[in-house]
Amino acid sequence: MTIALYDRPFDPWAVLKQYQQTSIVAGKYGATAVFVGTMRDFNEGDNVRAMTLEHYPGMTEKYLQNLTCEAASKWDILDSLIVHRVGDIKPDEAIVLVVVWSSHRAHAYEANRYLMEQLKSSAPFWKKETLQDNTQRWVEKNTTGDL
Amino acid sequence: MSIDVKFFASLREKTGKDSTRIEAASVNTVADVWQYCVSEAMPSNTLTAVNMEYVPVDHAVKDGDEVAFFPPVTGG
Repeated sequence: MTIALYDRPFDPWAVLKQYQQTSIVAGKYGATAVFVGTMRDFNEGDNVRAMTLEHYPGMTEKYLQNLTCEAASKWDILDSLIVHRVGDIKPDEAIVLVVVWSSHRAHAYEANRYLMEQLKSSAPFWKKETLQDNTQRWVEKNTTGDL
Repeated sequence: MSIDVKFFASLREKTGKDSTRIEAASVNTVADVWQYCVSEAMPSNTLTAVNMEYVPVDHAVKDGDEVAFFPPVTGG
């Protein structure tokens, strides 16, 4: 179970590939569930040209570590990886990568969804958007993951 | 009693405070810490943590604790 915070842009697919090659035992997993969250250039009807992601150093890592342990106790998963950006971000850059490896897809899907929804609702990150006219605003709340 | 207090995101900007250490004998709960540090009422949607764990505002604090106040989270 690995969590990482990046203060620079990252390629989620390259990170996934490298982690899988170095940390996941071939032949043991039958399902890999992947979620990638990417910064949009719009929000609430406005064009967004940049964003800053603040977090609570120490609590963020502690929360995500506990979350991955909790998921591992709820589902039969082999490993999980959470990578989250902090600092200054531009549209089209990845914000978050959540990957779960399991023997079977049901556990991989459900654990991945759980990790992502818990991260969105409780991990101590805060987004501040810079709009096209350079005004800034805090994002006040996340949308739910419900359909 | 010595307590480290942190404010994040919009609450840091509203209170004008980033982090501070208070020395106070009259502080018993997380809510008391807010009142000691900030003259305005705590916004109803404020989240609170002690030693990097979520707690309710009536959670008791003790010497050496780190108390944090922040708005609803928006990561992911």
